[in-house]
Amino acid sequence: MTDRNDTDVLFKALADPSRRKLLDLLYAHDGRTLTELCEHLDMTRQGVTQHLDLLEAANLVATVRSGREKLHFLNPVPLQVIYERWIAKFEKPRLKALDNLKRRLEKNNG
Amino acid sequence: MARSTFVYVSYIRTTPEKLWSALTDPEFMKQYWFGVHAESEWTAGSSWKNVSPQGQILDAGEIVEADPPRRLVIRWQNQFKPELKVEGDSLCAMDIAISGSAVKLTITHTIERDPSKLIEAVSGGWPKVISNLKSLLESGSIAMEEPYPN
Repeated sequence: MTDRNDTDVLFKALADPSRRKLLDLLYAHDGRTLTELCEHLDMTRQGVTQHLDLLEAANLVATVRSGREKLHFLNPVPLQVIYERWIAKFEKPRLKALDNLKRRLEKNNG
Repeated sequence: MARSTFVYVSYIRTTPEKLWSALTDPEFMKQYWFGVHAESEWTAGSSWKNVSPQGQILDAGEIVEADPPRRLVIRWQNQFKPELKVEGDSLCAMDIAISGSAVKLTITHTIERDPSKLIEAVSGGWPKVISNLKSLLESGSIAMEEPYPN
């Protein structure tokens, strides 16, 4: 798998409201079974399974076997990578500019 | 079930041996863990602690399981925040497995209580640490110098 593929899979996984809802559900309460997740979505069990498979392929969901159950956990590590790649570096100069502005204005006040 | 758990997974282009070494070498650890390093003999039963750049003990406990380069389990208790320390021991398992051309690192951190302030606290820190570790192993440089950008 190349980096570009990883990123494509990740953004595609996020580009769907049902999958984002699944992530929100896991954020609210982690470690849920498929049955528990199905209760919150107006969709067939098969549909939810497909969405979960895509989220797992993008590494946004990690699964753990517990006896006969499969528990789903939100994995925020790829989101952190998106944050560093696509947000942090763009917001840094702006935060710096705001900070400089604040300092200058406050200096003039004094 | 009165239990709080998080499971974090990262696929890192490296070898299990290099990843094991990155997780246990204090000097290497400081590079991706914002100056924090761990001290331990890394064998089952040996003591373990996380130490801040200022020398403060952040977390302490012992190695429950050590199977290099595959599995490391640490009994982990917070030491510097009273409200987290009072929650007692948690278990942090690090599993390393080959997955295609990469290595899959799974970090499972569990405490036998729900809700848990400790799990809430560590769950916010781990993604930054893992992301830095991945970046350092794959490209030789870290992604973030500080946990929160200035």
